[in-house]
Amino acid sequence: MSLVARHLEANSIATVVLGSALDVVEYCGVPRFLFVDFPLGNPCGKPYDRKMQLAIVRQAVNLFDTVETPSTTARTPFNWSDDESWRDTYARVDDSNRAALLLKGEQRRKQQQAARSAGDNRAPMIPE
Amino acid sequence: MANLAINYRQRSRDYYRAQGYTNDYEWAHFENAPFTRPTKPLGESRLAIITTAMPDDSAPRKSRQVIATPVERLPSSMHTADLSWDKINTHTRDVASFLPIQQIRHLIAEGVVGELAPAFYSVPTEYSQRNTQETDAPEILALCQRDKVDLALLVPL
Repeated sequence: MSLVARHLEANSIATVVLGSALDVVEYCGVPRFLFVDFPLGNPCGKPYDRKMQLAIVRQAVNLFDTVETPSTTARTPFNWSDDESWRDTYARVDDSNRAALLLKGEQRRKQQQAARSAGDNRAPMIPE
Repeated sequence: MANLAINYRQRSRDYYRAQGYTNDYEWAHFENAPFTRPTKPLGESRLAIITTAMPDDSAPRKSRQVIATPVERLPSSMHTADLSWDKINTHTRDVASFLPIQQIRHLIAEGVVGELAPAFYSVPTEYSQRNTQETDAPEILALCQRDKVDLALLVPL
């Protein structure tokens, strides 16, 4: 998505990226980025929290007016929860799932090989 | 809280390695970003929303291609199952939590934003940066130009 933002921006369409993968977006480099420090999946705010969702999108579009230099990251004032344990679970690898992940990888490589043989050169970014 | 932000690149590397992949994914990286100053005030601009979610009721959703969906009818669900998001701690049943059509309409009513493009665009997340750069990004640009878009709000899940 950051690559799309760069392409639009290079072709005279100003962009704002609104997302939660801070390191990925900043590593790529985009003109304007509003970082929402939430679990991946709800960059516009918590599900059903209309007030928060409006505040976040308002902050995002205001970047069109306020940002003067590229690679600008802004942050929302919201926390997902007081408890930070949600940060530990995404794509976690430990003894409880190591064997299952290896099996999943083997199955996936077979699928990828079959897809390539059928002429499909497209694959999702991070398989889950 | 910056020090707490999750290092998704490292997590993904470890996750791929645990699945037996031997070549680490090379994330796109640039030293600089392009920059275009908006030509019109926000309150007079036409804005397009771009998402990584695919329309739920669209046959081509599995074919991994760029799709434009009219904004008149608010989708009650979107296809997000094959995207990478935190399926343990949250959900995507509330479309407004990742596709901000209602929020932008609210801001249009307030006069903050000019208008919404007639369609929102879905772009597939791609392992191949070449597919994104050479196929999907030019298609999104062409849609923006067709729809006379001034500004784009990109909202990856």
